This record gives sequence, structure tokens and C-alpha cells, in this order.
Amino acid sequence: MIEVHKLAKRFGLKTVLRGLDFQVAPGEFVAILGPNGAGKTTFLRILASLSRPTFGEVRVAGYQLPKQAAAVRSRLGVVTHQPLLYGDLTAEENLRFYGRMYAVPDLDCRISDVLELVGLSARRRDLVRTFSRGMQQRLAIGRAVLHDPEVMLFDEPHTGLDQDACDMLDGLLRNVAGRGRTVVMTSHDLARVEDLATRFDVLSRGVIAASKPRSGLGKRNLLDFYRKALAG
Amino acid sequence: MERESTAYFKAIGAIVWKDLAAELRSRELLSAMLVFAMLVILIFNFAIELQPSLRATITPGVLWVTFAFAGTLGLNRSMAIEKDRGCLDGLLLAPVDRSAIYFGKALSNLAFMLIVELIVLPVYSLLYNTNLFNPGLLLTILLGSIGYVAVGTLLASMAVQTRTRDVLLPILLFPVILPILMAAVKTSGGFLQSAPMETIWPWLNILIVYDVIFTAVAFMLYDSVVEE
Repeated sequence: MIEVHKLAKRFGLKTVLRGLDFQVAPGEFVAILGPNGAGKTTFLRILASLSRPTFGEVRVAGYQLPKQAAAVRSRLGVVTHQPLLYGDLTAEENLRFYGRMYAVPDLDCRISDVLELVGLSARRRDLVRTFSRGMQQRLAIGRAVLHDPEVMLFDEPHTGLDQDACDMLDGLLRNVAGRGRTVVMTSHDLARVEDLATRFDVLSRGVIAASKPRSGLGKRNLLDFYRKALAG
Repeated sequence: MERESTAYFKAIGAIVWKDLAAELRSRELLSAMLVFAMLVILIFNFAIELQPSLRATITPGVLWVTFAFAGTLGLNRSMAIEKDRGCLDGLLLAPVDRSAIYFGKALSNLAFMLIVELIVLPVYSLLYNTNLFNPGLLLTILLGSIGYVAVGTLLASMAVQTRTRDVLLPILLFPVILPILMAAVKTSGGFLQSAPMETIWPWLNILIVYDVIFTAVAFMLYDSVVEE
């Protein structure tokens, strides 16, 4: 579903990604782990077609980036630590706007389904600026799944959320991933992704330093695996 | 092909609807533009004591300075709304040609600018005791505003990605829109002073040509401007 070959990204003289190779099979939930500044967000922005690679090949859902960016975008749902929502519009109006941008058919019905999914049906007519951070993040997930994408990208979605909001978000992430979607999520919080992902990749010094499926890791071994990958 | 073009125009419509709906609630952008425009007019009114015969000469300059300054405020705010919560990324992630985002933002910026101009004109008429309800002047204001937002929307999209966006936009914008402002001032002056059409036409033509050129250039460049 996602194929990345020898991906490099430079910002001026600074090289962030150095010949990165990465593959994700359909239905996989991959957590990309790494310290701050490892290039996780840059990598996800390239997958999301928001940034151009300096070198290398990127294919998402069978389409090449950046050549076929529009085709990729229609199959992609993206959630970042920012909600990408308009504070002066209601929850429903935000979804209606994005639904029109994605040409979602039967939009009224779909908006109701999505608000139900993220548990915000009762607040559909409230302005987003009155929402808590956790509610905004839930609505952001609703926005991202509105057009029923095949691939979901999550860039540190737990940032700034309290424990309860994180737990609620995890339930929602499981629900979204459980519908056969391919998910790639970046995080530096190992405990948070330990039970969510089916595979863990460590991004260090601009390359994937190590990769392991959850089945290959014993309980509480993720931290050891992560530390070894960073040290190696 | 037909489906794609429908989606394209629907996306433009969605952006305009979103901007107008959000502004109807917050009134942040329009109120800032209006207050600023009124202050500029008042300052000119007190600063320059004009004889009635001179008013028609200075009116085009005062009007276009007011529109240009208030417009900059609006352009900055319009793009800042997109940047503040990362909404610009939300727009860029939509599976439509990015020029649709440009046209959507440009149309809503044009709507805000025209609303401000429609309110400023009668206030100016009252303060300066000058009749501004001249069809030629209204056409010039429309054409000048189109050129202004065509360039302004492109440059605001560029400036908003920098830390010094509030300062950067006027520095980038005013040198580029100088031909539009010059042509707009000359054409407005011509209509207000009832000059013969043969003296107005060249400036009006420049205004139209610049509108077309700037819109086409912005259409072609927008994708590279918003790309990281």
C-alpha cells in the first residue's frame, strides 16, 4: 500500500531523510518511533503530498508522488497534532466544508455517521472553538475519515491531550484501524503505541534503523528494541 | 473531465462559503478592515483642508490609499485564519487542483474588499461632500479590486508561511501592485473629473490587462508558492 525507496529530503544544507526505505502492506498499522527531530513529521508530510521529496520514489495506494498527488490525496486521511478545523464553524459545518472539498456523496448521511463514530453527535451545532482539545482531536479524526480513505496517517495525534482524552482517542484509533485501513502513525510515546500498532519502525538519523512486528516483541520489550535501534 | 471540472468549481464554492460563514460569525476581518479604512479617511479629512474644486483631484488618491491599506489588513487576516490551526494543510490535502484553493480564497477576499468599499464610498461622499456614485468609478473600483486581490492572495499565501508575515506582505505587495494602483487612480480621476473617454481608455485598458496577467500568473504559480 505504501512503498518508499531511497527517499531523501533536504532543507537547504540540512539533510533530514537520507535514503530511507519503507514498505507497508494493506491493513497494517505501523508506528514510526523516534526522538524529537528525527524527521518523523517530514516523512509523514512527504507521504501526505504536503512536501516534495528531494530524491527517491514514493508510492501510496499504487500512485506515485508527487506526480499523481491528487489521486493519492483522495485515498488518504491525515490527522496531525493540529486539528485542521475552523474555530468559527460548527462541527457539522467543518465536516460539510471538507466533504465538499472531497466531493463526498450523500454528505448529510455521511456527516451524521462520522459524528456518531467520534461521539460528537450532541455537539454537532456547537462552534469548534468551544470544544476541548480532546473533542477537537476526535472531530479531526472524523474529518480525516469522512471520505472513507484507504490509508490513514497520524502525526503524533496524542500531543497535548490529557489521560482521559488519550484513552478515548486510542479507542477511536482502534476503531478506525479495525476497518481494514492501512495506518501509519508517528510517535515518541512508546507506551501509547505499544498496544495499537502491528509493527514498529524506528526512525533515526534519517533512515529506518530497525523494524519489528509486534508478534516478534515480548511484553515490555519495545523500550529495549527502541533503545538498541537508536544506539546502533 | 466534466466531473473533474464540477468538483473544481464545487471546491471553489466550498471555500467561499466557508470564509463567508466564518466571517459572519466572527466579524474579525471585516470590522478590522472597516475601522482601519474609516480612520484613514478621517485622518485625510483632518490633515488636508481642501477647497471644493480640488476635491475631485485628490479623491482617487485618498480612496485607493484607503482601499490598499485596508485590503492588506484583510489579506493578512484571511490567510492567518488558514495558518493558525493548520487549516492550510487541510486545504492542501484536498484532492483538487490547488488553483481551486487560490480562486476560492481570491473570491472571498474580493467579496470582503467590495463590502468594505461599498461602505467606505458613502461615508467618503458625506465627509468630503463629493458625489462618488459614478458608474465609471464603480467599474474602476471593481477592476482595481480584482487586480489587487489577484496578486494579494498569491503573495499573502507566500507571506503567511513566514514568521514576519504581517510585515512581509505589504513589502512584497505594494511594489507589485503599483501599476494597478496607478491605473486605478488615473481611471478613477478621469471618471470623477468627467474627462473625455479617449484619455481614460488607455488607463482602463492597462487595468484590464494587468487583471488578466496577474490572475493568469497567480493561477500558474500558486501550486509552487504553497508547496513546502
